[in-house]
Amino acid sequence: MRMLAFCKRNLKEILRDPLNLAFGLGFSLVLLLLLSAIGASAPVPMFQLDQLAPGVTVFGLAFLTLFSATLMAKDRQSALFLRLYTTPMEGRDFILGYTLPLLPIGLMQGVICYLAAFCMGLPITLSVLLAVLMLLPIALLFIGMGLIFGSILTDKQAGGICGALITNLTAWLSGIWFDPAMVGGVFATIADVLPFSHGVDLVRLALAGDIGAMVPHLLVVLGYALVLLMLGGWIFVHRQEKAF
Amino acid sequence: MKAIEVVDLYKNYGDVEALRGLTFCVEQGELVTLLGVNGAGKSTTLKVLCGLVKPDGGRAEIYGYDVWKQRQKLKGIFAICPQETAIAPMLTVRENLEFICAVYGMEKEESGRAILEITRELGLCGVIGRRAGKLSGGYQRRLSIAMALITKPKVLYLDEPTLGLDVLSRRELWEIIEGLKGKVTVILTTHYMEEAEALSTRVAVMDAGHLVFCGTPCEMKEAAGCEGFEEAFVRLVRGEVQ
Repeated sequence: MRMLAFCKRNLKEILRDPLNLAFGLGFSLVLLLLLSAIGASAPVPMFQLDQLAPGVTVFGLAFLTLFSATLMAKDRQSALFLRLYTTPMEGRDFILGYTLPLLPIGLMQGVICYLAAFCMGLPITLSVLLAVLMLLPIALLFIGMGLIFGSILTDKQAGGICGALITNLTAWLSGIWFDPAMVGGVFATIADVLPFSHGVDLVRLALAGDIGAMVPHLLVVLGYALVLLMLGGWIFVHRQEKAF
Repeated sequence: MKAIEVVDLYKNYGDVEALRGLTFCVEQGELVTLLGVNGAGKSTTLKVLCGLVKPDGGRAEIYGYDVWKQRQKLKGIFAICPQETAIAPMLTVRENLEFICAVYGMEKEESGRAILEITRELGLCGVIGRRAGKLSGGYQRRLSIAMALITKPKVLYLDEPTLGLDVLSRRELWEIIEGLKGKVTVILTTHYMEEAEALSTRVAVMDAGHLVFCGTPCEMKEAAGCEGFEEAFVRLVRGEVQ
């Protein structure tokens, strides 16, 4: 009950901030419209809707890092947090409270992007449901990063780092707009080691219905998500013990 | 009956000795004001009493429970209204109160009744549907106190509750705090001398982490040998009183 109450509060705090809606949703939709328009006039395979829509949905999830990190960092600096620490709330209530409300937000981002893509000509198939479902582990990955940054940074720092660094890392290293293998060398290796391109490949394969090929990418994403969430939770609890 | 007992309490932050053998007790239903200049140890005392920081020596108990070792048992017995307004700005007044009720595990019906009662008591009925972040400073502070009181704690810590408020809002809060006397044990911290004199059952004057005086406002003036409360405070912390 404590944790659910905190989830509800966090969901409202995020959704009632118009900037969050503009960045989380508006930006992804603009990208989808813009790049698909380019794809329509120039035959770039990655800008075709079946490749672009999954990529944009993953890119949209990068904003979950920004949302969770800034909310956490703001809370940590506020007197409300001191109050909550004197209530029966425990560490796990805080961590789950910051994690769970972002999952439906991530799913909604994906659903809205696919609805827009349908309007633009993406065929309506059952595999879209699988593609949306695969956004969950990727969302956990980004939320895990948010927990880490939100635990160690101020809200201004979190806004800068998560708003610029993570979104750029996702944009450049995920293979949404271009294939990192085309650049080759260290760039391609880094892109392959990090989870972003695996997330995009996972959702693209899900949309294509190629379940067998999804597995290795899913394992990489889940592995990263688990490690980042655990690390974020650990840092949060240990830093808060010394915060007062 | 003793509500709070602090005996020979020590707390260091690195080389800084925040508390140095602090000793005092508070009877049930009393309103005791902690007075002291910045760095005297008032906030550290509250943090120790809230179980947020571990004392380095001595003991502090609320109704016989050790504030550090038995802090889980104490959650619900006390509440704090921190110095800065501790509210969720994007939530309405009602949602803020519902949130706190849910955190304490209150059922919906029970929390509904408690919200009705506390909003009437603190004059928040007219703004119950408004976002907390959009309220005036006075109403935000009232809401913050309401969030502390809604679970009916036995002990309440008010950390500079009227800081930054205009005269009228401050007077209105004084009336609310005055109304708590006898019902809730209150520890108040403030820098406003007139507030301490008007509201306190007793005042505890702290300097450099320890207690230099504890008694009623009248006793404080007598002890310092002057008629003014503020002058008495200044003489006590300057060590001009034997």
